[in-house]
Parts: sequence; structure tokens; C-alpha cells
Amino acid sequence: MAIAGQAFVVGVLETPVGTVPRVATVLAGRDRWGTLLVRLGFGRMRYTVEPGLYGVGAPNEDSPVLVTANYKLSFDHLRAALVGLDAWVLVLDTNGINVWCAAGKGAFGTAALCAQVAASRLAQLVRHRRLVVPQLGAPGIAAHAVKQQSGFAVVYGPVLARQLPEFLARGMQATPAMRRKTFLLAERAVLIPVELVIAGKWALLLALLLAGASGLFGPATFWENVREHGGWTLAGLGSGLLAGTVLTPLLLPMLPGRAFSLKGGVAGLLAALIFLAPFFSRSEGEGSALAALAWLLIISAVSSFFGMEFTGASTYTSLSGVKKEMRIAVPLQAAAGICGMLLLLWAKRVQ
Amino acid sequence: MMKRLLYLKGVATLRLEQETCIGCGMCLTVCPQEVFVMAHGKKVRISEQDACMECGACMLNCPVGALWVQSGVGCAQAVFNTMLVTIQLKAGNEQKQPKP
Ligand code: SF4
Ligand code: SF4
Repeated sequence: MAIAGQAFVVGVLETPVGTVPRVATVLAGRDRWGTLLVRLGFGRMRYTVEPGLYGVGAPNEDSPVLVTANYKLSFDHLRAALVGLDAWVLVLDTNGINVWCAAGKGAFGTAALCAQVAASRLAQLVRHRRLVVPQLGAPGIAAHAVKQQSGFAVVYGPVLARQLPEFLARGMQATPAMRRKTFLLAERAVLIPVELVIAGKWALLLALLLAGASGLFGPATFWENVREHGGWTLAGLGSGLLAGTVLTPLLLPMLPGRAFSLKGGVAGLLAALIFLAPFFSRSEGEGSALAALAWLLIISAVSSFFGMEFTGASTYTSLSGVKKEMRIAVPLQAAAGICGMLLLLWAKRVQ
Repeated sequence: MMKRLLYLKGVATLRLEQETCIGCGMCLTVCPQEVFVMAHGKKVRISEQDACMECGACMLNCPVGALWVQSGVGCAQAVFNTMLVTIQLKAGNEQKQPKP
């Protein structure tokens, strides 16, 4: 069976419901490598484990049943937290999407959970009637409905898998801190690479467009223009991109305002000032002042846009809020960007 | 402790019907944002409406249906995609309209 052929399966457990694969709780080199690749944005859609029932340690009929999604990163986080424990792990088929996102979309849901409980014949495997579901799966699970349909009571575990041993040791009681979703510096930082990869594609397109425009409208021949201004264009867009996707997440609590587009815009202004420093030091004529203003607008607009995109990765933004923010911010970003580009062209003429 | 991050003011659609609440505490358990507090051990009340991220966990897990929220994925990309789909649908419908 495919389920047993996976690299992290280190043995089998004989149980009343047949053999169950036993998985390692120590992550191997290849698991860490996979995590790294996924964090960098490669193969995120295909990083899965087979759904079904697994065991860690030497579980018996009284061992807890822990539920998770079949995104390998979620699964790895869970088993790595279970060193030295005996437990059953029930993996739901979420198409390789993590617990939180799958719960929001309904794939990690009441129906899927009840179906997997039945398919794995949990009722014959364990004597108790409890399922430990990660708290972040709650947007997809109705605990009272699961109880009705499967006979198993849902106990919501901590937000972080890492806190499971303490949760279990306390007799399945969570401390208030275990219930809170935080968004600390390190948690924000790991999200940056993926944001960068996604944003990079857009920026490349925009850079090509701008380089083309400067080539067409500049004073000399096409390629001379591109060579003359292309570097500036790339550097300008690059600073907007970095301000939005790196600076904004890192400085998030420090940046003013609540809207991500505002935070991104401010980060963009900061980046623009650094980017424009050489401009000010050798400011000459009307043209360069215009160009400086143009870049201020463009970089802030780009950064504001990518800052706004970070709402997708953040852990505290609401749909209503994002909609409201976008209604106001997107026209402003577009206007700032377009004004900036027109100014830039004008500056070229004046020079 | 660090001041917690709050998103936009006064936009979260969360509603609590306090008469219906039986004080089971389920919403306190599932909410990742500590939006609720138990008042006098009998009913919950919303203590921080602006912290609600509209995940829908409380609504789904309230056994008596005392909570309501317009839930969805709060991210700019999702909103863009929804807008695109809506525009495409509208365009498709217009094409299907019989020309007078
Ligand atoms: S929708 Fe989510 S964040 Fe808002 S109150 Fe309910 S559980 Fe908390
Ligand atoms: S889950 Fe519903 S009934 Fe239970 S405390 Fe919350 S609002 Fe009240």
C-alpha cells in the first residue's frame, strides 16, 4: 500500500483494525530539505502525505488520536512534536493544503473528519471517544456535529503543534496562551521568501514594461535608452518590491496605521528616501527633482501594493477589512503609480 | 507583553445574540483572537470586536447558533480573484443576453 511506502514510515503496528504504519518522530534530512523548498515557494501544491491512520511510539487502545491535514509540513510539525509520546495520527485528505486554509475552504471539515474516522475504524481501535483537532481547524469543524455523526467528541488542541505534549500532559487542557494565534517576528519572517517569489514575477513584468517605455520615449536610440535608464528602473522597482515584501512584514508592528497598504506605503517612502539619496546629493536642475518625486510615488505605490498582498499571509486580517482597504487603496496605488510614470517621462523631456 | 496587532476598526461583521447564548464556552475555546470573555459565568460577551478576523470558527462551533459572522479568507489575493471571477461572470452573462 502506498501509505506504508513513504519515507517517514519506520515500521508497522499490529492492531485490531489491521496493520497501521508507524512513523518517525525525528525529522530526516530530506524532511528538512523539503521544508526549506516549500518555504521558498517550490512545489507547495504537491507536498502531501497519504491520508489515513498512522501511529507514533507504541500506541494502544487508550492513546490519544490527533487529527491533522495531509500537507506534509503540517504532518511533519505534528510528528516532530510527538517525540517520546504514544499516539495515533489521523490524516485527513485536504489536497495538501494546511489545516487553517483547508478549514477555511471546508476541505478540513466535519464531513471529511467523520468519513476518515469511519474509514479508519477508529471505534474498534480505541476505547475512548475523543479526537484532538488542532484549534486552527475549528473554522471547518462543528464539534457538536462531529459528536452526533461519529460518536467522537472533539477536543481542540493548541494552536501550535509544538505545545501538544504540554497540552496532553495537562489532561487535554489548554492554557490561554496556547489558544492565541500570534504573529511574531520569526513567524512573519518565514513567510517572506514565498511572498518574494510571487511578487518577483509581477515586478519582472513591470520592469520590462517600464524599460520598454523608457527605451521608446527616451532621447537616444532604444537600446541606449534602456542601457541608460534600465538600471535605475530595476533598482527603483526592486526597492519598492523589497519594501513591500520584506520591510513591511518585518517592521509590521512598528509601521503606522492599521491598513497593510498604509504600512506598505510608509515602508515604501522609507525605501524611496534611501534609494533617492544619491539624487539629493547631486541634485541638479528641474529634471532630477521631478524624477525624484516620480520615484517617490512609484516606489511607495509598489510597496503599498505588495504590503497589501501580505494580508494573505497575515494571521489577523478579516475579509471585510481587506475589502474595505482595497476599495480605498487600489485606486490610490494605481493613481500614484501612473502619476509617477508620467512624471518620469516628463522629467526626461525637461532634462 | 507586546501590544497586540489589530486590523481595521469597525469592519468585522461578527454578531452575538446574547439571549440565545447558553454559556458553553465553545467560542472562547476556538477563537484564535480572544474576541470573547465570559460574563458572570453564564453568557459570553464580545470584548474586542476589532480583533475578529472573521474565520468563522465560533459560528460553526456554537451549538445554539448564537453567533454569526460573514466568514471568508481575509487576503488581498482572494479578493482580487473573487473580483476577477465576478467580472468574468458578468461579462459572460452579458454575452448571453439576447440582442434586441
Ligand atoms: S470569527 Fe474567528 S476570530 Fe472572529 S470571533 Fe469568531 S472565532 Fe474569533
Ligand atoms: S459557543 Fe455559543 S452558546 Fe457557547 S458560549 Fe459561545 S455564544 Fe454562548
